Amino acid sequence: MALLSKKDRGLLLDPLADNNPITVQVLGICSALAITAQLKASVVMAVSVIAVLAMGNVVISLIRNIIPSKIRIIVQLVVVAALVIVVDQVLKAYSYELSKQLSVFIGLIITNCIIMGRFEAFALANKPWPSFLDGIGNASGYGLILVIVGFFRELLGSGTLFGHQVLGDPIAKTGLYAIGYENNGFMLLSPMALIVVGIIIWVQRARNPKLIEEN
Amino acid sequence: MASKKTDTNIYTIVFAVVMVVVVGSVLAFVANTLKPTISENERFEKMQNILYVMGVNNNEGDNDVVFIPANEAGDAFDKYIVKQLVIQGGSITEGDAFSIDLAKEEVLAKDSGYQKRLPVFVGKKDEKTHYIVPLRGKGLWDAIWGYVSLDENMVVQGAFFDHAGETPGLGANIKERYFMDDFIGEHIMDANNNFAGIAVAKGNNDPLNLRKHDNKVDAISGSTITGDGVSAMIRKYLREYIPHLEKIINESK
Repeated sequence: MALLSKKDRGLLLDPLADNNPITVQVLGICSALAITAQLKASVVMAVSVIAVLAMGNVVISLIRNIIPSKIRIIVQLVVVAALVIVVDQVLKAYSYELSKQLSVFIGLIITNCIIMGRFEAFALANKPWPSFLDGIGNASGYGLILVIVGFFRELLGSGTLFGHQVLGDPIAKTGLYAIGYENNGFMLLSPMALIVVGIIIWVQRARNPKLIEEN
Repeated sequence: MASKKTDTNIYTIVFAVVMVVVVGSVLAFVANTLKPTISENERFEKMQNILYVMGVNNNEGDNDVVFIPANEAGDAFDKYIVKQLVIQGGSITEGDAFSIDLAKEEVLAKDSGYQKRLPVFVGKKDEKTHYIVPLRGKGLWDAIWGYVSLDENMVVQGAFFDHAGETPGLGANIKERYFMDDFIGEHIMDANNNFAGIAVAKGNNDPLNLRKHDNKVDAISGSTITGDGVSAMIRKYLREYIPHLEKIINESK
């Protein structure tokens, strides 16, 4: 007997690959461009979104039967904004160092379309437990792509990973730089994130033809 | 007729009102309960920043920016900062420089009758005197600020920058060691002893920053506006500070 039923497992795992929010649904691109120049920032953003989306989905799901449909988008916005502010304040009070590192990301979470998308598409129509899994799953799928993009952008753009120089020292010309390798400064600019995401989509569809739309 | 009771106008309005009141109260409650802890954290952070520029920090590797622990900041601050001075107009008095908020002073100074108060922290470490001044300016997205420690000859002994919301990986790198450490040893006066500031320059072609008299440090690629903001705040504040600092230094000789 598995820990989760087949349906629950699907909720959790589908968004990681076949129904990935970024590469298949093409949601959440804005933050994927903005913060993936460094791997650390990508990881931090991924973790923050997982926390907020899981909590938000549960809250929305709990009140789904009493939300007036006319103002449901406003209600969703209020819930996510309130959650983000509370998380921000608690971090500032009890984990000041961490909140300094997160700085802009906390605010960026509110604008992430995946969050509103999952509230609207899933949490409004499902019970809290599946909503919780759906939140974790989708946010992880988003986070996974963020980390992959962050990995390549930081490695090729700055020659570092998590801030550690892994390819040698570009100024003292050691390691790979000794044989004429140069960092590609383009990788640090936002458009390259889109190109990396594009390559990921290409690879994913080449391996999994059922994702290709017929027209 | 609406099919469900949640579709009626009256229900929608009541729901909205209740939601706003509930969420508003929760947020107000959270903000009020946590406020003392948060402002205490901010006070310690300011101490850590000031101590950082005079070399009181826990940096180990070449890339660390590690402050001394927050719970030691208060004692260390009392130990290393020997004098706090407040400059207002032409007068320099000893006083509580620590509580001066540059952002508030800038707003007050818009009223022409008000003379901006400028704080100076005089620190002593290993027989060296540090004249530490705060800076504040604009980056690309939001405020940037920092602290600079000068010696008697107007040479930078340490610099620390921070920002509210610069782009991660680009402008946000002003708080990285490789950028901040470039300022160390840099002169803020030119060869004729006139004020020149320190410009964050593109095409400086001096990545190791060996030229300390050129009033320039290397810019960060892809963050021109943040870099210009750093140059601007150094120019703006140090220009105001220099005449007073010279007076302070002459008097202490």
